Order: sequence, then C-alpha cells, then structure tokens
Amino acid sequence: MTVTILNIVIGGLLMGGIYALIAMGLSLQYGVARVLNIAHGEFIMLGAFITWALYSAFGINPLLSLVIGGPLMFVFGFLLHRTLFTRLRVSSPSPSAYEGNSMLAAFGLLFIVQNIALAIWGGDMRGYAYLHFGINFLGVAFAANRLLALGLAVTTGAVFYLFLARTRLGKAIRAAAQDSTTAALMGVNINLVLALCFGLGALMAGLAGLLISMCYPIYATMGFEYTVIALIVVVLGGLGSIPGSFIGGFVLGLIGSIVSSWQPALAMAAYYVLFMLLLLLRPTGIMGK
Amino acid sequence: MFKRSHLPALISLILLVLLGTLPIYGSTYAVILLTAIIMYIVLTVSWAMFSGPTGYISLAPAAFFGVGIYTMAILGGQLPVLAVVIIGGFISFLLALLVGITTLRLRGVYFAIFTFGLVVLIKELLLFWEITVTGTRGRFVVLESNTTIYYVMFGIFVVLMLVAYFIRRSRYGLALQSIGENEEAAAHAGINVTMVKVITFATSAIFMGATGAIMATRWTYVDPYVAFNPIFSFLPVLMALFGGMRRLYGPVIGAAIFAYAEELLLTRFPYYYMLTFGLILVLVILYLPNGLVGLAPKIWKWSSGAQGADTRR
Repeated sequence: MTVTILNIVIGGLLMGGIYALIAMGLSLQYGVARVLNIAHGEFIMLGAFITWALYSAFGINPLLSLVIGGPLMFVFGFLLHRTLFTRLRVSSPSPSAYEGNSMLAAFGLLFIVQNIALAIWGGDMRGYAYLHFGINFLGVAFAANRLLALGLAVTTGAVFYLFLARTRLGKAIRAAAQDSTTAALMGVNINLVLALCFGLGALMAGLAGLLISMCYPIYATMGFEYTVIALIVVVLGGLGSIPGSFIGGFVLGLIGSIVSSWQPALAMAAYYVLFMLLLLLRPTGIMGK
Repeated sequence: MFKRSHLPALISLILLVLLGTLPIYGSTYAVILLTAIIMYIVLTVSWAMFSGPTGYISLAPAAFFGVGIYTMAILGGQLPVLAVVIIGGFISFLLALLVGITTLRLRGVYFAIFTFGLVVLIKELLLFWEITVTGTRGRFVVLESNTTIYYVMFGIFVVLMLVAYFIRRSRYGLALQSIGENEEAAAHAGINVTMVKVITFATSAIFMGATGAIMATRWTYVDPYVAFNPIFSFLPVLMALFGGMRRLYGPVIGAAIFAYAEELLLTRFPYYYMLTFGLILVLVILYLPNGLVGLAPKIWKWSSGAQGADTRR
C-alpha cells in the first residue's frame, strides 16, 4: 500500500516538474506578454526534435545540446514577438481584440511549425536511450533520466524565481505583468520586455522539450497535448503568477498520476474537467487574488 | 422598371436555381464537390452568425458537427434521413444552449479555450465509452445516395441563409452588433444580453449539427477522432476571417474558395496544404482585418484615385 502511494506521489512529482516548466513558459507569454500562445507545444516539440537530431546525428549529449538549442529557441521567440506580435499589438483597437487576434495568429503558427516538422521528420515516433536505468528509492524504482529531468526543472524554476525577484529586469517583467501601460509610463521599455518574456517562454519550452525527449518517445504532432496542459496549469496557478504556475504544475502532475493509476485512458479527460470547472468557478486560480 | 438594388437578389436567385438543379445536369463529381463546398459554407456562415457580430470566438463548431455525426451513426437506418438530420440539429441546439448558459459569461479568450476544451472532452469521453462499454472504436453509417445528400445539404444551406439574412436585418441583429461593440452599454440600453447571446449561439449550432448528420452518411465509417476533429473548429474561423464578416456573403466567398482549394490540394500535398493554411491565417490577421470583402472598397478607392497621375492639374 505505502509503496503504491509512494509510486503515485513520486510519479506525479516527476511529471509535475516538466508540467511546471512548460507552464512557467506559457505564463510568461500569456500572463505577461498577453499572447495566448497556442503554438507553445510546437516550441516544446522543436526543442525535443533539436535534441534528438543532435544526439542521433552527431552523438551530442542531450544536456550539451541545450547550449545550442536554448539560444536558438530564445532568438526564435524573441524575433517572433518583435515582428508578428508587436505589429498586432499596435494595430489592434483594444487589449481584448489583441488577445483574440494574437491567439488566432498563434493557431496559424501552430499549423506552420507542425507541418514543417512533419515535412522534415515525418509522422513517426522517435526516441533515444539516455541514462536509461533504474534508481531505487524506498523500494520503488525510478528511471534516472526522469529524476534528472525533475532536478533540472526545479533548478530552472528556482533560478528563474531569483531572477524575477532579485534583478532589475525581473522587476520590469513583474511590472509589465501587473499593468503594461503603466509600466511603460514608468520608463520600462515595454516592447523589449514583452519580447524578452516571449523569448524566455520559448526557451523554457525548448528546455522542457529537451527533458521530454530524454524520457518519452517524441513525434511531430506531440505539441498540442502539452499546450493544453500548460494552459490548464496557468489557469490553475493564476494568470500572470509565475510561482503559481510552478506550484500548479506539480499539483496537476499529482492529479494526473492519481487518475492514471485508476484509469489511464481518462487522464486527459480529467484534466479537461478540472480545467472547465476552474474556468467556471475560480477563474483567478489558486494563487490569484 | 429594373432597379440596381434588385441586382443582388436577382444574382442570388439565379445561383439558387443553378445549384438546386445541379444533380440534373451536373456530373457525379460536381455533385460531390459541391456537397463538400456547401458543407464548409454552412459551417462558416453559421459560425459567423454568432461570432461575427459579437466578437466571441467560438471554437465549438467541431463539437456540434460531431454530435450531428454521431446522431446519424446511432439513428441512421432506423429513422428517415431527414428526421435524423433534424434530430441531429436539435441535440446540437440543446448542447449549445447548455454550454451557452454556463459559459457565455466568460470573456474573450477564456470562452474560446472553453469551447475548444469541450470538443476534446467530448472526444475523450466518447472514446472511453466506446472502448470500455460498447467494445468498439468506430461505427458504420448507413449510406445515402449522392443526390439525397446533396439535396439535404442544399436545403440546410437555403434555410441557413434565410435565417442569417433575417437576423442581420432585424433589431435582433442590431442587438448582437451592439453586444460586440460594447456589452455593458448594450445591457444598459435594455437588451437582454445573455438571452440574445445564448439563443443565437444555440441557433447557429442547429445548422452545424444538421450538417454533421448528413455528412456522416458519406463517410461510411466514423470514430471519435474523425467526428470530433478539431480542424472543423478552425476551418470555419479561418474561412470567415478570410472572406470578411462585414457582409453576409463574405463567409460564403471565403468558404467556397478554401473548400475548392482543399479539394485540389489536400490529397496531393497534405503537409504543404496545412502549412499554407497557417500562413494565410497569419497573413490575413496581419494585413486583411476585414477579409476579402474589406479589400474590394480599398482597391476601388485606390484605383479611383488614379486621376491624381495627371501632371497638368
């Protein structure tokens, strides 16, 4: 009994680490930059495929490929915001019109990125073995790569929290999250800060993709499921609250683990039910005001 | 005798007669092609009926469409086709009523996400039900002749266009428009905002459900992945944006062009078709906020300013 519970809890935490990471990325893009980036999952897929391609073609260690893939994803996200979304933000008549338009543009982006990936890599599942052995913990065995993924996710979350709380740029990001117009009036270069947030969001998606590719099979259409999970966590944690997203990720990981242990086919449905209930009953989330 | 204002009515009448008699003179391919095109037109116009004036982006079309498909999969062969189509529309109506009452107070993108979640939730639950309770994944649907499908689809189209036209022309349409412009002001002006929104949303769902029911008879085999494919939520949005929603015929033009392009390209270049789809979506949002319909006056203005090239002044 205790072993089963331990299994479920630790399994949930391991999944939760990745959820927390992708949710923090989306929280930066949606909570701060106000772009409901439906293509978030495609960035995760890109990160996963970059890691896989580097590993299988050149034998580059997945952790090292972060040095190559990370900046690439950041620049991609940054430039996307500077060109596409900044233009939309200026041309939209109202903030809510901008939210609608940018969401639809992100849908377009989803189709573009996903189909480029399909054209290059095809629709097959891919994977590779890295740190693929078990580690015993209180009588339960866990794959080493998943423990590493959890460790990296938590470290990233902690570093990013310190960055937000302790640096000048972090303060600017927090100000922009609260009220971008006022932040701009106070001398924050708002276009730059929002583009930075979008780029950082893409970077976190890329890192999450890297971790996912170490533990699970990857495929070109895998992104959307993660987008949905990220969205649920962002709403769960409270819009614009980065610590909320981090904690929410672990909460959802645990819920998923509990439902899966009972009926694996219903895990996704349970996420949606939770999400719809949240939207209806408490749209401000667990950490929201 | 003949006034210029009669022109649109005359053109519509000629088009209707041509379309209505198509199975008599057209080839089987033409009938099948036009069935597909009219299907997209119906989905797009009924989407634009609610989302166009109010600005609420609904991503639920695939849910109502799928409900129609499954109505036919379950009842087809037991009742007359037309009866199943009407029942399909009615069940979609009830579902939309329920969804509308609970969610239409959500603003902006939350409504879009919720309606999209609905599509996936129904799909997941149905799949679970079919696998664990029914013991199968898909169902076979009783076939109908191409001509029957065409006529039913054409009938849905005509009724929809009439309903959409009269909603636009009535004070009801004006109420919808004012909700889109400023919901609070509309409420203060004495409009029962919630009721207007919910009723229109549910009415638009009737046509999506009916379309799904009749299209199911063409597909012989359906499963939750086919019936609740999210693409049927996105295509109507793109087609309506592409055509432009300021005029009733905007979504019709947008849907017709896209449906024909899909017929030509989808089987040959599936990835590039979807890629182009995404590119056009982004470009339309960036450069054509009023769609093709909004482009015509722009070109007119641009070309009628051409006398400015006269250097003598």
